[in-house]
Amino acid sequence: MSPKRKAAAKLKPLQNCAPVFAALGDEIRLRLVAALCVGSAMSITQLTYGTEISRQAVTKHLGVLAAAGLVRDVKVGRERLWEFEPTQLDEARRTLEFIGQQWDHALAKLKFAVESNPT
Amino acid sequence: MNTSTDRIERKVLIKASKARVWRAVSDAGEFGDWFGVNFKGKTFEAGKHIQGKITYPGYEHLNMDVLIERIVPEQLLSWRWHPAAIDPKVDYSQEPTTLVVFELQEVDGGTLFTVVESGLDKIPLARRADVLRMNSSGWDQQMENIKKHVAKT
Repeated sequence: MSPKRKAAAKLKPLQNCAPVFAALGDEIRLRLVAALCVGSAMSITQLTYGTEISRQAVTKHLGVLAAAGLVRDVKVGRERLWEFEPTQLDEARRTLEFIGQQWDHALAKLKFAVESNPT
Repeated sequence: MNTSTDRIERKVLIKASKARVWRAVSDAGEFGDWFGVNFKGKTFEAGKHIQGKITYPGYEHLNMDVLIERIVPEQLLSWRWHPAAIDPKVDYSQEPTTLVVFELQEVDGGTLFTVVESGLDKIPLARRADVLRMNSSGWDQQMENIKKHVAKT
């Protein structure tokens, strides 16, 4: 690999991050992410509550954040809620870990049952 | 889909013949003994549902319902179900199912038993939270029970 290509390969992960940082490079969007990071999914009404930002502006900003993979919208009944994407990923991983533990436990019981009564 | 969050795979080496392990897996009653569900007097049949009461302490009010998909003697048994369907008030029947596949392989020293559960990405988010709640409420206790049980025998 030439030194030039090596440098390009090194840069790649940072390039992937660029849209995220660009999306965060705005005070309103940073505030939206901070609000959603705290926990549960929120509606536009909740996100604009107590601010002077219009619903339209927030919708637009959420669109930019969604394109960067930072937030996503979920439909709960008729309501559209927004949530912080990594939270979701994290939760998915934890669920997976838990179901995996259940299987570990079931297999340990199977092993014990069969080995203690091998015929 | 086959992402890292969609699939769980576990393997265990059992020091017993394949025929013996197959019996523990394919005989519904014996399966229930180690899995923690009452399937006594019932049989696994491809394409058919089988239901029974969970026998885990704390979860006895729950029913387990699986749809047997394939049975290949001494090799494979698979089913579809709703994992961790722990709220008796919720009708899970409209939700997507996950696929559980058990496979047996003869190896040096016994039988290699593999379980793969896939399709987890399709479980609704709200349900994932339920699964986690179940984890914090009963699982640690359950592990203690097993330890005690094994120590006794």
